[in-house]
Amino acid sequence: MARKDLLDIASLSRVEIDHLLHQAVPFKELFTRSVKKVPALKGKSVLTLFYEPSTRTHSSFEVAAKRLSADVTHFDVGQSSITKGESVRETVETLEAMRTDFIIVRHSKSGLPAMIASLTKASVINAGDGAHAHPTQALLDAFTIMEKFPEPAGKRVLIIGDILHSRVARSTSLILKKLGIEVAYLAPGSLLPKLGAEGIHRFTDYAKAMAWLPDIVYLLRVQMERQDAQFFPSLREYHRLYGITDERLQEISKRGLYLMHPGPVNRGVELCDAVMEYERSLINDQVENGIAVRMAVLYWLKPEANHGV
Amino acid sequence: MNQTSHERILAADAMATGVENLAQQIRARHPAAPLALIGIRSRGDEVAERLLNLLAEEDRELEFGVLDISLYRDDYEHLHENPALQSSDVPFEVDGAHIILVDDVLFTGRTIRAALDALSDYGRPAKVELAVLIDRGHRELPIQPDYVGILLETQRHDHVWVSLLGTDGLDEVKVTEKSMLQ
Repeated sequence: MARKDLLDIASLSRVEIDHLLHQAVPFKELFTRSVKKVPALKGKSVLTLFYEPSTRTHSSFEVAAKRLSADVTHFDVGQSSITKGESVRETVETLEAMRTDFIIVRHSKSGLPAMIASLTKASVINAGDGAHAHPTQALLDAFTIMEKFPEPAGKRVLIIGDILHSRVARSTSLILKKLGIEVAYLAPGSLLPKLGAEGIHRFTDYAKAMAWLPDIVYLLRVQMERQDAQFFPSLREYHRLYGITDERLQEISKRGLYLMHPGPVNRGVELCDAVMEYERSLINDQVENGIAVRMAVLYWLKPEANHGV
Repeated sequence: MNQTSHERILAADAMATGVENLAQQIRARHPAAPLALIGIRSRGDEVAERLLNLLAEEDRELEFGVLDISLYRDDYEHLHENPALQSSDVPFEVDGAHIILVDDVLFTGRTIRAALDALSDYGRPAKVELAVLIDRGHRELPIQPDYVGILLETQRHDHVWVSLLGTDGLDEVKVTEKSMLQ
């Protein structure tokens, strides 16, 4: 049941999701050893192709690949190809000639990783494409939730923020629904999707959303680069209406709810400073689990076997 | 080309004797020394557990662990699908320990090579020995067991299927002999 590529959550079966989430457990256990590295992908090459800047996802993939003993190369598209007018197709041909085994792509255009996958024998992993998908984020979120709730069906996750532009919201709610978890969105009306949110509760008011009794509150990052588009009046206003303020944190703490955030956090916007010390914040768990899940994905995918042999 | 196969079977009592043989050999060589048994998944862990029960009757310090060697195999290129990984559990200090690796069947020796590599990532044992329930021969690497429960003569292409009560619901060893007829 191995696949060549991981492009989105929608095309994964429940069996495949369960397999990956199970496999991440023994990978995470390796992190407690003094030697965290295993030789499974020795001699394989992993290439990261990030057309959008990313520090966290990029380094998480890099650590994951290195702990599997693969060789990792960062293909610096920002510096070379874009400025020289090289098309994505030409870049992929170059990578193909380098006999790369895995290509990890992030791009602002939805569907670009799928196009690359169709052009190469290498395994392609989508590390985020436009507002479409971010499948490894969804897997690490599901894994983190299942560490706290091993039987997650019927649990409730409230996702707060810019749902409309968020591939994290899309992929994560898809995987949670596949696992039988209930999902609700809380956002200003201008940031709630009109379509594609079947079976998901929608709130525009914080108090009403909390009355839905979520088990986990998941904050999305406010994308500062979209500030000029005016989806909400100001950051301070956003924090007051949809952010986790000190007062709201006290209520969350009293109810024993878990907090999640894909990072990086805009302090004072989505979350107040005190959240960093909140004992039920899973933000650091998400970072650690991201490496384990990405190792499981790299170990699971199979490039088309022909080159290198 | 026609293929016929022929089966031989070892029953539960022969297997119990095999494990008892292992325990006796280990006792004879190490009368009271502290030992750590590490079973190789899957099935080596169950053999190791049975061995542990026999050795636990004596006044001896015993540790127990299990090792999954999937990430250390040498045949990644040749597999369509990677073997599902299970948890390893080595809950004791490997540095300086006297370890006995335990597996159900010793064949090419490649699993043991992988297990030795895996073990070295946990620490530096004082000594590592190898105990196998069945040695069926046909090594592809210079690896030999220190303790053998049952010596089984086989051809290179025969299949040896080991079933264990805890893992498979019954104790049985089945050898399928293949002879190719034109």
